[in-house]
Amino acid sequence: MATFKEFRNNVKPNWCPGCGDFSIQAAIQRAAANVGLEPEELAVISGIGCSGRISGYINAYGLHGIHGRALPIAQGVKLANRELTVIASGGDGDGFAIGMGHTVHAIRRNLNITYIVMDNQIYGLTKGQTSPRSAEGFKTKSTPEGSIESTLSPLEIAMSAGATFVAQSFSSDLKQLTALIEAGIKHEGFSLINVFSPCVTFNKINTYDWFKENIVNLEQQFPDYDPTNRIAAMNKIMETNGLLTGLIYQNTQRKSYEDMISGFGKEALMKQDLSLTEEHFNKLVAEFK
Amino acid sequence: MISQLSWKIGGQQGEGVESTDRIFSTALNRLGYYLYGYRHFSSRIKGGHTNNKIRISTYPIRAISDDLDILVAFDQESIDLNAKELRSGGVIVADAKFNPVVPEGIDARLFAVPITAMAEELGTSLMKNMVASGASWGLLGLPLEVFNKAVEEEFGRKGAAVVEKNIEAVKRGAEFVLEQAGGPLDEFKLDEADGRQKLFMIGNEAIGLGCLAAGCRLMSAYPITPASEIMEYLIKKLPALGGTVVQTEDEIAAVTMAIGANYAGVRTMTASAGPGLSLMMEAIGLAGMTETPLVIVDTQRGGPSTGLPTKQEQSDLNAMVYGTHGEIPKIVIAPASIEDCFYDMIEAFNLSEQFQVPVIVMTDLQLSLGKQSCEPFDYNSIQINRGKLVQDAPEQEPQQLFKRYELTPDGVSPRVLPGAKHGIHHVTGVEHDETGRPSESAVNRQNMMDKRLHKLDGLYVRDGLRTDAPSETPDLLIIGMGSTGGTIDQAREWLANDGVTTNHVTIRQIHPFPTEQLIPHLQQAKKVVVIENNATAQLAGQIKMHAGFADKMRSLLKYDGNPFLPSEVYKACKELD
Repeated sequence: MATFKEFRNNVKPNWCPGCGDFSIQAAIQRAAANVGLEPEELAVISGIGCSGRISGYINAYGLHGIHGRALPIAQGVKLANRELTVIASGGDGDGFAIGMGHTVHAIRRNLNITYIVMDNQIYGLTKGQTSPRSAEGFKTKSTPEGSIESTLSPLEIAMSAGATFVAQSFSSDLKQLTALIEAGIKHEGFSLINVFSPCVTFNKINTYDWFKENIVNLEQQFPDYDPTNRIAAMNKIMETNGLLTGLIYQNTQRKSYEDMISGFGKEALMKQDLSLTEEHFNKLVAEFK
Repeated sequence: MISQLSWKIGGQQGEGVESTDRIFSTALNRLGYYLYGYRHFSSRIKGGHTNNKIRISTYPIRAISDDLDILVAFDQESIDLNAKELRSGGVIVADAKFNPVVPEGIDARLFAVPITAMAEELGTSLMKNMVASGASWGLLGLPLEVFNKAVEEEFGRKGAAVVEKNIEAVKRGAEFVLEQAGGPLDEFKLDEADGRQKLFMIGNEAIGLGCLAAGCRLMSAYPITPASEIMEYLIKKLPALGGTVVQTEDEIAAVTMAIGANYAGVRTMTASAGPGLSLMMEAIGLAGMTETPLVIVDTQRGGPSTGLPTKQEQSDLNAMVYGTHGEIPKIVIAPASIEDCFYDMIEAFNLSEQFQVPVIVMTDLQLSLGKQSCEPFDYNSIQINRGKLVQDAPEQEPQQLFKRYELTPDGVSPRVLPGAKHGIHHVTGVEHDETGRPSESAVNRQNMMDKRLHKLDGLYVRDGLRTDAPSETPDLLIIGMGSTGGTIDQAREWLANDGVTTNHVTIRQIHPFPTEQLIPHLQQAKKVVVIENNATAQLAGQIKMHAGFADKMRSLLKYDGNPFLPSEVYKACKELD
């Protein structure tokens, strides 16, 4: 069985020293090892942005696609080979701005993939513009007088889109994050894990210290919290203004998309024979006579 | 006895025009006639004039006709709009309910048949399509048994009583009109057909069937006219083969999902029309850059923007050839017949995997939706070629990745699928080295660009040019693409009668452009005319740019939303300066 070290490669990330993304990378590697994966059994599909580079930093199959489209690519991979563990990953701009349409529909579709968003509330790679996750009034290069748009709540959107697994974590809490990614991988359906990942270069507001002061750890502070209660989950997200971490909601009743497709086998579609028997072909042709 | 005639049915959309046409033409197909259909419809569900025209012939035809022999009308509007197409002495079969009148100046015989009344007598006005098709069938003097068989198949699953009522409706329609006309009309007496079983389908269905034969097992797509029939066909057929169709949230998701699935090893396609193609552009670049196979069908319609969504046009050519930023290798093939729609899908999937490039199959609305007879497809010709796909790579040294983008003499690298034990590599739209890792090295950049852009040097596309070139020094070379071939051939017959010698080249390999193959044809001809359904002569532009001969080249363009008529092509060729 592979150890987490086998999920490492020799590529040095181009992230800034202190970037939250390092811990997320480590957590993915640890979680993959902990659930018993071999590197070739994992595909990491990422978007564009600082965080999008993550697929190149993990020793596994990886595809670094185009901005905002990690999820449809990841869903295509999963449909083609459901035996792979598929992790989609990207930043808050990737998933909640340009790719928001895909995020909502991937949640609705509920394929068995895990989506890890590295949420730093700002655009880093383009050097500091506002994100849908930026707070109102947040001053950036593109909002010099402060953002005048409301802050998007991905957790509320996920809940209302019918998500079957919603979690949030903080890159400093490697233990919690690793456990949540493991749970997300094991969840039979779409799992959204939003991770606060401070940008040490461009976001001087939502810093490590700021998160430590402001976030609520569900497990520690609400030991009786029931993550199977959808209404309670929605309430808790609103009560904490979205600044909560832990497993927020899980529905194990709903089947994954793959399990609901008519005629879709348990074996990877990519393993099936491409040829059509003559008998089958003739049957198809007969409809046009 | 005649060898061909044209029939048209018109009414309000949603009134049974489609189903009347379907049953009438299915029965004619059973008799072995060659058929070619044209749908005139609007972008709405109910209401609005719609009409379907079919040309019926004892020999192969691939064009609509200029004129019309029989017009079946469910309302006066259908008569007013279409009667001018009737040849002198043509026939109008109209519902007596609206007191039909023949417009002034039209020389046509009118049969007012109580179509709605007869249908209602039998229980429901829905059956008026059966009465109308029965009346048409009666005028042609064709055997009712064949027609009844088609009715049985259409309604069989609704029970014997429904079948019986519909057969009765057909009979009453036929009897009524025959009594009025005093028997079948001699001038509509068709010669017997060759009786050979042909297929009768629209291009989109042939594309769907071609996908299944090609081993395509997934389709991701967003509904759009005139492409939706492809997804609707495949969702019915793919589950039996273990596959499926995903209706995505938009065309960007459709194409990127297809890229993901192709990357993971399943032959996957998407289909759309111009607006969807525009949305796919960035992703087409990703497929080109990452050398991921991808097949896209673009069923062209009137553009730009929403344009004429239910009308004929061939104006996406430049978008397909040049689309996506930067420079990638890409193949664009244009089927020119129903048979091509089938075989080209197999070819498209093969080329896409052999060269690891995006392939766009370009149809147009008339080819995608016009229902026509075609030759049976040859099962034995189906071959699947997955190119340099390897099951697994040899064991790598520690920390070494599989060279997915290895520089090879032909530029095509071995490809391994996710899941393979020793094949781990990276894939990115960022410029990358042989293992797929990002690289900004100038030397690497140049090597990788050259590798990708020279992959197609060895490309061979079946019938890249389809030529009918009987003359070594023709007066005229006519060049077209897509659905216009049959119309051009009809015009050529008339030109030949006038002593004008013509050659005909259909360009099927649109990109990379088949320059070398085309030049001899251009050289031989005294004049060249390029026929296309767009306003800016996009195909002629490709020819001039790649092959030259601008001095003797003329364009015949039509962009009013309708396909060319044979007479228009004939007239333009006669009047060439």
